[in-house]
Amino acid sequence: MVRGPSFALMLRSFGSVLRRDIVVTGKDLVAFLAQVLLQPVFFLFVFGKLLTSLGYTSSGYSNLLFPGLVALTATVTAIQAMAFPLVAEFSWTKEIEDRLLAPLPLWAVAGEKVVFATLRALVASAVMFPIGIGVLGSIPYRADGLGLLIGVLLLGSLVGACIGMTVGTFVPPTKINIAFALIFTPLLFTGATQYPWPSLGQHLRWFQVLSAVNPITYVSEGMRAALVPNIPHIPGWICLLALAGSLAIFGTLGMIGFRHRAID
Amino acid sequence: MEVRELVKRYPKAQTNAVDGLTFAVAGGEIFGLLGPNGAGKSTTIGILTTRVRPTAGQALIANVDVMVAPRTVRSLLGVVPQRNNLDRSLSVRQNLLFHAAYHGVPKAVRARRAEALLEQFALTDRANEKPELFSGGQNQRMMIARTLMHDPSVLFLDEPTTGLDPAARLFVWDRIRELREAGVTIVLTTHDMDEAAALADRVGIVDSGRLLALDTPAALVRGLATGASLQIAVELADERGLAGLLDRLGTLAGVQRCEQVGAEALGHTIRLYLTGEPAAMVGPVAAAVAEVGARLIGVEIGEASLEDVFIDLTGRSLR
Repeated sequence: MVRGPSFALMLRSFGSVLRRDIVVTGKDLVAFLAQVLLQPVFFLFVFGKLLTSLGYTSSGYSNLLFPGLVALTATVTAIQAMAFPLVAEFSWTKEIEDRLLAPLPLWAVAGEKVVFATLRALVASAVMFPIGIGVLGSIPYRADGLGLLIGVLLLGSLVGACIGMTVGTFVPPTKINIAFALIFTPLLFTGATQYPWPSLGQHLRWFQVLSAVNPITYVSEGMRAALVPNIPHIPGWICLLALAGSLAIFGTLGMIGFRHRAID
Repeated sequence: MEVRELVKRYPKAQTNAVDGLTFAVAGGEIFGLLGPNGAGKSTTIGILTTRVRPTAGQALIANVDVMVAPRTVRSLLGVVPQRNNLDRSLSVRQNLLFHAAYHGVPKAVRARRAEALLEQFALTDRANEKPELFSGGQNQRMMIARTLMHDPSVLFLDEPTTGLDPAARLFVWDRIRELREAGVTIVLTTHDMDEAAALADRVGIVDSGRLLALDTPAALVRGLATGASLQIAVELADERGLAGLLDRLGTLAGVQRCEQVGAEALGHTIRLYLTGEPAAMVGPVAAAVAEVGARLIGVEIGEASLEDVFIDLTGRSLR
């Protein structure tokens, strides 16, 4: 009888697949950062700096906007880092086949993609902090909130990666562009990135309900709970809980989609 | 390697892509699955390489069930797919090295093996380039070299030379033969009868998901109702002598039947269907022709091929 691959082999194999992704991204780190940071930097500049300097928004708005934009960067980067390569690798380049034929369980191949997309998202959101200082002059920071900040960003990135896996495996490759246009814009503007969620209750109840469905809302609100607790926000523990729930849902959906694409 | 009563029906399909395949491949053998496009060859390979879930039946590699222990199976087998699936973000050498790393090959071993395989597959010159602009032949060589990096004991080659130029094709054939010498079990699919005849120790002929015949290429050809043939051209002094000549040829030992297949100004073409070796029949046939006062002006030996076997089995041509 042939002996099966050991757990140690599986770990080494997983590490090698992750190393491959890091090596490839490392080669064009600048392009990667430009790609994911251009949009939030402009957002920050126009809405946080420009409009405030011109007197159209109050100076406090940039403090509200910054945590939201970091949250958006993390989640959107993770979604993109997952969905686009996944579609290409399953449909056109077939590059994933070599990894699917490695002595790794299927969930580990999918898991590596989630880990890598999360790493990219965390790097992108970390770079947002020095950029924020550069653009705004100063950014809100609270040492007490650091634990919550890391927890929210980590969970938010993981949820983003799993949303990306779900979209990337369920949407037919020929429809991925239209799917992204239809999914992204609503995600971008219903994630409490540019507004504090609790304040919506008095003015726009229906929009508050809509925003509550978007997982990005809990990343934005969690970031505010960590960085600017004086602004009305959803309590941190509720954000963490909501994100954990989203992770369970999209993790399951993404894995079902991945299995469906990987095995006929 | 063994498959038993293997069935695959894709969702929404009207028929089975693989329909009750049963065969076994011995260690160190080159086994060819020959059949037209859509016969179920690639699906069979897909099941054996854990990428396609069978609807029914069993597939075993080294006595390990591919459904029960897919990871173990994947560590034993190498796959060269029909379509290019090289990692375009990595150089040729990195493609090889990372593949070995995915399979847990120790660092020193993979570095040594990569250099040897780059050399063997004539890729050393371009080892640091990315495979974006490579020719079909270079891609194919790279994919074979890559899969050998983890030293598989069973190698699956899906249409290994389709679309390659003759030189590239011969290069790949030579490497495949070397691998057999090294004791690797090889399963290859092809719709090219020449390839099956040139490489395979045994050939399974498949059509519509079913195995129609399985034997060595020589035995398959020998087993044809119409075996080898001999085609002769004769010049007759008198046209009326043709019937007599055909009668005379038909009575020769080793001739199954004969018929006129063409008549031109220069003479008549007659085909003789033989039960034995065509070369041995040239003498007696020439003698018989002389006997009736005709002149032999041409002889052509027609060997039956796997293509004829396929036509005999299905009534259709392979292509």
